[in-house]
Amino acid sequence: MPFVINETMGAYSELLMLLAAGTYTVAFIAFAWDLAKSSKALRAIDLKAAEAAGAVAGAKVPVAAGVGAAAGTSEAVAGANRVDAHLAGPAGRAERPSSSAAKAGAGSAAGQTADGDMRYAGERRVPARVAVALTILGVLIHGAGVVTRALGAGRVPWGNMYEFLTTGAFVAVAVFLLVLIRRDLRFLGTFVVGLAIIMLVAASVAYWTPVGHLVPALQSYWLIIHVSIAVLSSALFTLTFAMSALQLVQAHRQKTIAAGGADKLGFMRLVPSALSLENLSYRINAIAFIGWTFTLMFGAIWAEKAWGRFWGWDTKEVWTFVIWVVYAGYLHARATRGWTGTRAAWLSIVGYLCVVFNFTIVNQFFNGLHSYSGL
Amino acid sequence: MSERVKANKKSPAPVAAAKAEAALPALGPLGMLRWAWTQLTSMRTALFLLLLLAVAAVPGSLFPQRPANPFVVTQYIKDHPEYGKLLDTLQLYDVYSSAWFSAIYILLFVSLIGCVVPRAIAHYKAMRSQPPRTPKRLSRLPEYGTLVVPAGAGLPASDAINSAAGLLRKRGYRVEVRDDGGARPSLGAERGFAKEVGNLVFHTSLIGVLVSVAIGGLFGYSGQRILVEGDTFVNTLVGYDQFTPGTNFQSSQLQPYSIQLDKFDVTFDRESPGKFGQPIDFNAEVTTKENPDAPAKKEILKVNDPVTLGGTSIYLTGNGYAPVVTIRDGAGNVAMQGPVVAKLQGDNYYSSVVIKVPDAAPDQLGFVGFFLPTAFITDEGISFSGDPDLFNPQLTLNSYFGDLGLDNGAPQNVFELDVSKLTPLNNRNLDAGGITLAPGSTFTLPDGKGSISFDGVKRYVGVDIHHNPGQVSALIFALLAVAGLIVSLYVNRRRVWVRTGTHEDGRTMVEYGLLARGEDHRLAAEAQAIRKMLAGEWQLPSDEVNQDGAPGTASTQQTPSRQGHNGADSVTTPTGSAGPAKDK
Ligand code: HEM
Repeated sequence: MPFVINETMGAYSELLMLLAAGTYTVAFIAFAWDLAKSSKALRAIDLKAAEAAGAVAGAKVPVAAGVGAAAGTSEAVAGANRVDAHLAGPAGRAERPSSSAAKAGAGSAAGQTADGDMRYAGERRVPARVAVALTILGVLIHGAGVVTRALGAGRVPWGNMYEFLTTGAFVAVAVFLLVLIRRDLRFLGTFVVGLAIIMLVAASVAYWTPVGHLVPALQSYWLIIHVSIAVLSSALFTLTFAMSALQLVQAHRQKTIAAGGADKLGFMRLVPSALSLENLSYRINAIAFIGWTFTLMFGAIWAEKAWGRFWGWDTKEVWTFVIWVVYAGYLHARATRGWTGTRAAWLSIVGYLCVVFNFTIVNQFFNGLHSYSGL
Repeated sequence: MSERVKANKKSPAPVAAAKAEAALPALGPLGMLRWAWTQLTSMRTALFLLLLLAVAAVPGSLFPQRPANPFVVTQYIKDHPEYGKLLDTLQLYDVYSSAWFSAIYILLFVSLIGCVVPRAIAHYKAMRSQPPRTPKRLSRLPEYGTLVVPAGAGLPASDAINSAAGLLRKRGYRVEVRDDGGARPSLGAERGFAKEVGNLVFHTSLIGVLVSVAIGGLFGYSGQRILVEGDTFVNTLVGYDQFTPGTNFQSSQLQPYSIQLDKFDVTFDRESPGKFGQPIDFNAEVTTKENPDAPAKKEILKVNDPVTLGGTSIYLTGNGYAPVVTIRDGAGNVAMQGPVVAKLQGDNYYSSVVIKVPDAAPDQLGFVGFFLPTAFITDEGISFSGDPDLFNPQLTLNSYFGDLGLDNGAPQNVFELDVSKLTPLNNRNLDAGGITLAPGSTFTLPDGKGSISFDGVKRYVGVDIHHNPGQVSALIFALLAVAGLIVSLYVNRRRVWVRTGTHEDGRTMVEYGLLARGEDHRLAAEAQAIRKMLAGEWQLPSDEVNQDGAPGTASTQQTPSRQGHNGADSVTTPTGSAGPAKDK
């Protein structure tokens, strides 16, 4: 082994990881504050709107801003659903006619923070800006932590559970911030940053491993290709998981409100309509699914190189396959009548739970060729 | 969302009715068959089978699997007498070759074929036919807009439509111009046929992957061999320690190449505190010959870096120590000499050793014990290995004599010796004590039974040898599948219609509408682009354009015509002629 482990770098790295976790914690608080504050502001706007609506006799105004997008078109879309349902083409497609749903929402949602397209709009949200700034600071520190770890070990920093967690958290936050450039997903901030904190803490407390060499089984350029794509796809799945979960809550809320019930989940005002959530999470899931397909394929190629067979139903392979099939099911569900919407969201959630299971339980408790938790 | 929920709530009645109707036995046998086929090839069934496949794959990760680890399965059944056997009857130790797992994926692939073939035919027809007729009311399409060309521009309605057709063609659309001599000429255009092609390629390639895997199972083979430094493996059936042929394997398939292990080096981690002594590099120097007459070639075999030879690949999958011993029998003759492969048992290459000496006379001899590369003994007298490297190698053995039972022909595991019928010579409880040997030392067995010398230590490697003829095609199909998948997800299939007409005051009125087939979040952007393209071609100032279409609707000119309220029928009209109904 020509490379000599640099433990000083390793120590710096650990310090930076903790610093990053600290910064994220402040960012988390800011994101939560943003949710609370916007929710309050939006309620005020809504109340005014409701009053105004009351004045105009007979006018039906959606009570909650967040629902604006779908509620406004609900009648029509339901109609479309019925009329179009028996026609050829993927059923239920008519209710997702490209941009029109989004556009419809854009105009009507007065105080909405993220419109149907999830483009930036509306007024400035100071807490959200602070939160994003803090997250950027956190991710820079975190990135430095990942890089110093790599320098300390003289290789890519993903060779054991500690490194999967720290690097995975970094990628999750980085992907989130990258998506933020084009889409206003700041309502996911608490979730993503919260998850990153959990991962960093778990890495430092439960999985701490000093910088070290790779075991021979992992010494391959396929480690770089296979694992980086897996981590990237998982980061995307993380986003869609959060969106699908919110979609379920939002759908429930919209239903309640449409039925004239009270809006008990005020903070959900900040979140776009269920339909918008579904559409964007579909698009992200499609990218992530391609990524996962590559993960599976490259894993098989690597397995062929390392063990002489490209597929052997090793525990890790089984679960990677299960995840792939579940998301293939998700894509099919989106094209099957009666399976779009809520059910597709459930599939996306189940798929992510499998990802988490594959990463935690399988890596640690199942014996297989992939048991390299590094502990 | 709520609307969808509502719609779902309403549906049970008609669905139930449809189901009842479908289940009516009045169909007759042929009708039943057709009904079953329709069901099987429906999207809903595909989804159901996919999810079922995911669920069915899980038990394979919960229970030990025979193909991977037959011994663990046997042990598992022993350890769980209550349900161990039951699980076996349910084929839960052979999940991936079980009847139920096979049934699911075979059904899935039958469904897949039943789905792909009609779709392919329909798509072929669609690609050869003209874009669907122009809808009466373009304004009901999800994307709609109007343009007005001033009277002075000298662009009559028919010229405008032809010019638009040319532009759309350039943009990759297939265009048909209709009625261009009439008062209201129009055009229909369509693009993105690759989307469906991609989808078909993707699904077909999955079949290809499956077939390739099956071919590998039929014609492939694999085997294992342990090679001590200096050993040579020749690729013939007898050369293998263990051999697993595919269903259709013929021994003539084996090319008689040879591979000799010259030297095997292991590098241990000597710097990381937590990982001290962990192996970080395995390096096997080998000499290979393609066939007995071919020139010898020096190669390096490493983990993750197999050697390819004679259509097979050779993988480094295991390693350990092989103490070299010389055993003399009671008559003073050398009954055995050479390395003995020690089987890994614990940390730091703590390994078990079994030596059988059937050639010893007058009595056959047997030895059972341990090899420790760096021997340590605790205060309680328990020995363990303190390091994986050879710092203090030690052989600790018990010895036996008697009939080893090798002569009756029954195959025996070389790593096990049944001592129940043998007479102990040496062990801790006997006066003679156990045997403890350091390299270079010799121990004389009691009762004149002979002696054992520990001459030195060699290393050995375990290699796996695989031949899989389906591998390359599996890879090709997998790559095709991904390519198809990407095309299918990222090409958008769109239709555009344009209609022109001449206003009483001489201006040329142009309206256009767009419709996506399938998921398409960029349809609005496409509408914008087409609008810009037309406006640019006809030199219309893009903001002025709106002023005249229909008073008061200027702002909605490029946006969806009427926001969904009549989205229903607008979508209906053009999709009427759409491809195969997959979910009737
Ligand atoms: C081995 C099992 C299968 C897998 C892994 C699978 C996977 C996929 C994936 C990932 C997609 C989305 C990407 C794309 O549009 O190309 C898809 C789409 C599709 N699949 Fe499958 N599929 C399978 C079996 C089937 C079967 C049996 C059918 C027919 C009954 C089917 C019909 C379709 C259709 C119609 C689409 C296009 C949906 C759309 O328009 O978005 N698939 N499939």
